[in-house]
Amino acid sequence: MSQTYAVVAVASVVLATALVGGFGLRVSRTTSDFYVASRTVGPGLNAAAISGEYLSAASFLGIAGLVLVQGPDMLWYPVGYTAGYLVLLLFVAAPLRRSGAYTLPDFAEGRLESRAVRRLVSVFVVGAGWLYLVPQLQGAGLTLKILTGAPGWLGPVLVAGVVVLAVAAGGMRSITFVQAFQYWLKLTALLVPVFFLVLAWQGDGAPRPVYDEPAALRRQRTVHFADALTLRLAQPLSVRAAGTVDGRRHDGETLTLPAGEHRIAAGARLALAAETRVPTATGRGDHPLYATYGLIVATFLGTMGLPHVVVRFYTSPGGREARRATVVVLALIGAFYLLPPVYGALGRLYTPELGLTGDADAAVLLLPERLVGGTGGDLLGALVAGGAFAAFLSTASGLTMAVAGVLTQDVLPSRGVRHFRLATPLAISVPLLGALLVSGVPVADAVGMAFAVSASSFCPLLVLGIWWRRLTPPGAAAGLLLGGGSALLAVAATVLGAAPTGLAHTLLAWPAPWSVPVGFLAMVLVSLATPARIPPGTNAALTRFHLPEALAGGSGVRR
Amino acid sequence: MTLAALLFLGPLLAAAGFLLGRRTARTRRPSDVGTPVELATFETLHTASLAAPPLRAGLTAEAARKSARRLRSLLGTDALCLTDRDTILTWDGAGEQHHGAQIMDQMAALLDTGRDRAFPLSCEDLDCPLRWAVAVPLTVDDRVLGTLIACAPRESAVLARAAGEVGRWVSVQLELAELDRSRTRLIEAEIKALRAQISPHFIFNSLAAIASFVRTDPERARELLLEFADFTRYSFRRHGDFTTLADELHSIDQYLALARARFGDRLSVTLQVAPEVLPVALPFLCLQPLVENAVKHGIEGAVATSRITISALDAGNEAEVVIEDDGVGMDPQRLRRILRGDGGPSTGIGLLNVDERLRQVYGDAYGLVIETGVGAGMKVTARIPKYRAGVHS
Repeated sequence: MSQTYAVVAVASVVLATALVGGFGLRVSRTTSDFYVASRTVGPGLNAAAISGEYLSAASFLGIAGLVLVQGPDMLWYPVGYTAGYLVLLLFVAAPLRRSGAYTLPDFAEGRLESRAVRRLVSVFVVGAGWLYLVPQLQGAGLTLKILTGAPGWLGPVLVAGVVVLAVAAGGMRSITFVQAFQYWLKLTALLVPVFFLVLAWQGDGAPRPVYDEPAALRRQRTVHFADALTLRLAQPLSVRAAGTVDGRRHDGETLTLPAGEHRIAAGARLALAAETRVPTATGRGDHPLYATYGLIVATFLGTMGLPHVVVRFYTSPGGREARRATVVVLALIGAFYLLPPVYGALGRLYTPELGLTGDADAAVLLLPERLVGGTGGDLLGALVAGGAFAAFLSTASGLTMAVAGVLTQDVLPSRGVRHFRLATPLAISVPLLGALLVSGVPVADAVGMAFAVSASSFCPLLVLGIWWRRLTPPGAAAGLLLGGGSALLAVAATVLGAAPTGLAHTLLAWPAPWSVPVGFLAMVLVSLATPARIPPGTNAALTRFHLPEALAGGSGVRR
Repeated sequence: MTLAALLFLGPLLAAAGFLLGRRTARTRRPSDVGTPVELATFETLHTASLAAPPLRAGLTAEAARKSARRLRSLLGTDALCLTDRDTILTWDGAGEQHHGAQIMDQMAALLDTGRDRAFPLSCEDLDCPLRWAVAVPLTVDDRVLGTLIACAPRESAVLARAAGEVGRWVSVQLELAELDRSRTRLIEAEIKALRAQISPHFIFNSLAAIASFVRTDPERARELLLEFADFTRYSFRRHGDFTTLADELHSIDQYLALARARFGDRLSVTLQVAPEVLPVALPFLCLQPLVENAVKHGIEGAVATSRITISALDAGNEAEVVIEDDGVGMDPQRLRRILRGDGGPSTGIGLLNVDERLRQVYGDAYGLVIETGVGAGMKVTARIPKYRAGVHS
C-alpha cells in the first residue's frame, strides 16, 4: 500500500479534528444571532456526538477481525454494543440527565449523599476508563504498523500525544462538534469502500465464506513476521519458510509444520500457497455458550456505566431530549454496525492469513488494497485508515477527558485552582504504558473486559440508585467492591495469564454472568441490612429523577 | 509478565497508599511530648475538636448521635444522653431501656428554670450501674434548646462541674450553628435586595427608550415591550436560587436588546459559547449584573463604539465565563475596597454580591477574577463547576 496516501489521510484527520475543535464554537457578532449562539445542543447533534465518541477501535477494527477469525458467533458484539443503548434508554437516560450529574461520582454523591461512595466510584471510573483506553492505543499501534511499517509503539504514543496537546492547548473547546464530525467521518470511511469491495467481490464470482472449516487462501500469500511470535497450530500447515523457525534456519525450502506450538523468529517470512487452509484460533474456548452469554450480559448492561458516555448526556438540555438523543444514537450506531461484519466476511475470504499472526484486527485496513488494488485501492485504504484514526482519537480523547476530570476532582490533592490540564497526561500515561507492555489480547475482547467491569459496578449503582428507594451508602459500597472488584480482579488475572485454559479461564475472561448478579445481590442485601442509613434526601432525589422538568416546578428546584 | 503485573499492581498500590496517607494524616494524634498534665490537656482538646463539627449542623438527631460518643469520652461517664425539648435525641452508653422515660419526666422542670440539675435515678434492675444523673441545659440566646444528661453510679461533684462546663461548650457550638444559619439567611436577603435593586433605573431608562420608538417604529416598540416583559418576569421570579447558563444568557440577550434601544450603535456585543456548558446550573442572576457593569463602564468612557465580549467555554469539570469590556476600567485599589465591602454607599453592590454568592455556593476557590486598570477596560472571569451537590437548576 502506498504509505503517502495513508500518512496524508491520518494527518488530515488529526488536523481536521483540531480545527473543528478549536473553531467549532458558536460565535455571534450581532445581537440578533445571540439566540442562535446560545442555543443548546439538539438531540440530533448530540446523538452524533455520542455515537462518535462511542464507536471505538473495537467497533471499527475489532469486530471485523473477530468475525474473520471466529465466524458469525461474533456478531453478538455489534448486537451487544447497540443493545446496551436500549437498556440505557429504558432505565437510565432521562433520570440520569435530570439528576444533573456530570460524572458517575457526581451521581453517586448526589443520590447517596456520601463522600466515601463518591471516592469508591471514582476509583472504578478511572479503572474502567484505563481498561478501555489500552485497546484504543493498541489499535492505533497496529494501524500505523500495517500502514507504514512503523514500530508498534509509535501509534499509541502519537494518539496519546495528540490528545494531550489538544486538551492542553484548549483545542477541544467544542468537543460536541468534534465528536459529531468524527461519527460521520467513521461512517463514511467504512461505507464508501464497502460499495467498491462488494462490487469487486461480485466481479470475483461472489464466493461464499465458509465458517465450519478453516478458511482457504485464494492466492499465494507471504506472511512477514516483524516481531518474534509463538504460533499455535491446531492442524498441520505446509509453508515455504525463509528465516528462523523453531530455532532452525530455513532458506526458502518447503516444510510442514505439525500441529502444536512453533517459535517464529523476528524477520522470518512464511509463504503460503494458494488453496492452503489457514488454521485459526480455536474459537471461544471450551464453553462457547457461556462465553456468548458473558458477552451479552457485559455489553447490554455495561454501556450505561462507561465514563465517556455518561458525560455526553449532560449536554442535553433536559431528560426528554436525553431520551430522544438515545433513540437517534440507536439508529446511528445500528446503521454503523451493519458494516464491520461485511468486512469480516470479506476478510475471511481474502485475508485469512492475518489470523495466523494475531493481526486479524487489520483486515479492515488491508481489504481495499487486496480487493480493489491500484490507486483506487490506495485511496480507499487511506480513507479507511483516516476513519480508524478518527475512531482512536475520538474515543481516546473522550475517555481521557472523562478520566482526567475524575482525577482532578476526586483523586489528586486540590490546591486552590484545580489543574485539569495537568491531570490529562497522567490520565493517558498509565494506559499508554499498558498498551506498550501488554499485548496479544484482541481489541474487541479487551474492550469487552472494560464493559464487564462497568456492568458489574456501575449498572447496579445506576439502576438501583434510580429505581430503588432503599439503597444505602454501605449497600452501594459493598456492591461496587464485590461486583466491580471481582470483575476487575478477574480481568487482571486473565490479562496476566493466571488460568490459560479450561473452565477457570472462561469464567475469568467473561466475568459478567456471575459478577453482575454478585454486584446486585451485595447492593440489595447490604442495603436491606442497613435501613437506618437510607439518605434523608432520597425522596427528593427520586422525585427529581422521575418527574418531567416542567412538573418539578420548572427550573429552580432546591432540596 | 512481571511488567504486566507491575502495571496492574502499581496504580492499585499507589491508590491504596494515597488513601492510607490521607487517613493517617487526618487522625494523627498530637505527638507524645509533654508532661502527663499537658498530654491530658491535648487529649481533651483533641476529643473536643472531634465533637465540634457535627454540632455545627445544629441540635439534630444525626448531629447528636455523632457527637455524643465524643462527649461521653470527654466526661468519662457510663451513659450520656442528649435531648431536645420533647424527646431523647441520642443515648450513648448503657441503660437506655429502663431510664429513657424517667429522664424525660425529670426534664420538664429543668426546661422551665434553665438551671443545672442533679437527681438520683431509681431503677428496678438491681444490676443497673446508673444511680445518679446530672442534667445541663443547652441554651442559645437564653432559650433552652435541649439538655445534656450524664449518668453515673454515684453522686459526684466533679462530674457535676465537668458536665456543666461541657454543656456550656456545646451551647457555644450551637450558637455558632445558629450564626451560620443567619448568615445564609442574610445572603438570601441580599439576593432579594439585588432583584429589587435592578429595577428602578433600568426600568425608567428602558421605558423611556421604548417610548421614543412608539411613534417612529411602533413594531419595534412592541417587540421591545415584550422583551421587557420577559426580562422582568425572569428577574423577579420567586422560586429557586439556581438557573441554567442558557436561561441566564437568554435574559442577558433581552437586557442587551433593551440597552441597544437606548444606546444604538454605540454598543457592540460579541458572544462566544461552547454549547456543552449551556445546561450548567449556576446561581440565579450571577452573570447579568456583570454584563450590566460592562455596559455601564463601556458607555461611560467611550465616545465611539464600546465593545463587549461574552464567552462561555468548556474547561474540564468547569465552565469558564468571561465578560470583557473596553471601557473606562477601574483603579484596582478601589475595586479591592469594593470587593471587601467598604466601597462606600455610592458603588453598586453587583460585583460584591456576585462574588460572595459564588464563594458561598462553590467555595473560596471560585470567586470572581477581575483584571482591570484605569482606562484599560475590565475583564471578569467566573469559573463555575458543572456539578455541585445541592445545586440544581
